[in-house]
Amino acid sequence: MLGMVKAIGTTLRAAFRKPVTVQYPTEKKDLPHRSRGFPVLLWDFEKTEPFCTGCQVCARYCPVDCITVTMKDNPKFAEGKSKRKKIVDKFYLDYARCMRCDICVEVCNFDAIVMNNTWEGVELSRYDRQDLVMDLPELLRQSRTGDLEDPFREPMGVAHSGWAPKAGEEDEQAAQAAQPAAAAGEAAKEGGEG
Amino acid sequence: MTLKTEPFVVNVGPQHPSTHGVFRLRLTLDGEKIIDADMVMGYLHRSMEKLAEERTYTQNIPFTDRTDYLAAMTGNLAYVIAVENLAGVEPPERAQWLRTIMSELQRFASHSMAIGIFANDCGAWQTPVMHMFRDREKILDLFEMACGARLTTNYMRIGGVSRDIPPEFMPTATKLLKDLPKRLDEYENLLLENEIIVARSRGVGVLTAEQAMAHSVSGPMLRASGVAWDIRKADPYAAYDKLDFDIAVGTHGDVYDRFVVRVAEMRQSLHILEQALEMMPEGPVNAMQPTATVQPAWSAPTGPLAIRPPEGEAYARIESPRGELGFYLISDGGPAPFRFHIRSPSFINLTPLALMTVGSTVADAIVILGSVDIVVGEVDR
Repeated sequence: MLGMVKAIGTTLRAAFRKPVTVQYPTEKKDLPHRSRGFPVLLWDFEKTEPFCTGCQVCARYCPVDCITVTMKDNPKFAEGKSKRKKIVDKFYLDYARCMRCDICVEVCNFDAIVMNNTWEGVELSRYDRQDLVMDLPELLRQSRTGDLEDPFREPMGVAHSGWAPKAGEEDEQAAQAAQPAAAAGEAAKEGGEG
Repeated sequence: MTLKTEPFVVNVGPQHPSTHGVFRLRLTLDGEKIIDADMVMGYLHRSMEKLAEERTYTQNIPFTDRTDYLAAMTGNLAYVIAVENLAGVEPPERAQWLRTIMSELQRFASHSMAIGIFANDCGAWQTPVMHMFRDREKILDLFEMACGARLTTNYMRIGGVSRDIPPEFMPTATKLLKDLPKRLDEYENLLLENEIIVARSRGVGVLTAEQAMAHSVSGPMLRASGVAWDIRKADPYAAYDKLDFDIAVGTHGDVYDRFVVRVAEMRQSLHILEQALEMMPEGPVNAMQPTATVQPAWSAPTGPLAIRPPEGEAYARIESPRGELGFYLISDGGPAPFRFHIRSPSFINLTPLALMTVGSTVADAIVILGSVDIVVGEVDR
């Protein structure tokens, strides 16, 4: 009998406790900085173009093959406005297949892709499965409009490839890696044709 | 006049709240007595082992989250230790401690689910499990803070962990550790001496030490039968050899003892965490990441993401919340494993289920299945 009395006592005490839940759709908890929503691409406001050079490292390392990327010559490079020789042409990311494992972010050499750490990164219901295949403008939208205020950019890919950025050298590095030979070398080094 | 009776077959599952997933139990009944129990599994089979042969060693880490989805950290850990054994990589000290901390947090979270759902099976519908959910959420918040995800963590990496914990982790974890013993007292008040729980579980589903060992049972189930076998002590991994803790052992091997052993293990987890948070050194968290002074153990040109271990085989085992979780890998020198096998505790702990259930009633069978604490994702893989 004593056990039951203790159990009921616990339940009664709990009845007067402040609730720990929040009323979700109207009230949202703060997400930690590292929160992993679905991946999005970042926009380079200085050069007004994406950070992504279309090198396909993320596509190669995606465990579920949800990324498709193509590369093109950067028109701004010819005009001398940008140091990126190559730039992303098309980028499709299938959110229906993505399992938010963070590997694409870790392998990216240009810190061009991040996991969305806002609530918009997880609230993605759609009526049609096809609508979950995101194209380049849609992937860049949040970064361009400033909805993605403070993305978690940690030079992870860098750490893995042994390439370390130093302050102010990012542009140089980007230009260097965008050279065809260097890019090919980088890709081979990164991939090892896994 | 005698009534003619014949055995009656009842399917518990695949869609049944007490099977903890998509698992089917075929019970043959004589009146209310079980005369035969048959398990049907494979509803959640995802072909993990074959999928792994197509993917590189690092790409397989997120798949190990999804075998035991209530304990993703330990799933990650067992796999990366196997790859490290295969490739001969030694993770740095801080990574070992981070792995220990994460595994113990995961054990607490997983056991709180186990005993909450077990109380559900005993008929305490949803009230205890909500208590446990509250504290489990706080642990999942810590995981989210460290790696960004709550359940499918993907935190461990070959050669360490994916990234160091953020500065706000330690104060939050220390604060949580002060709270959790009080919460655990509450769980004990709520359930441990509760007459209904005792009546439902004392002397039910008894498994003797010999039977348990004969069926390769591991984890809390084996310890409840009185065998003090814990991989953390028997074959220490991560930083467990530097920690002081006891193995919680039961005496009767019944359902109640399994429950008590889990609660006692949660106490031990908190004890381990208290030590680990204090003893954790500073330093690098991944042997593969080059720092100013330390060059990666793995030589260029292949980074850890294209790791190619030498030909050979390796087996690594850890004490997951459910028992001995082992990964067996064979490398043919390529970027993907040649063979990838999971020794999953949920699956092997189910083997004596027929032994435990035959002779008892249907209501007891539900409680016995609850006490095994299966995760169907790990049973079927």
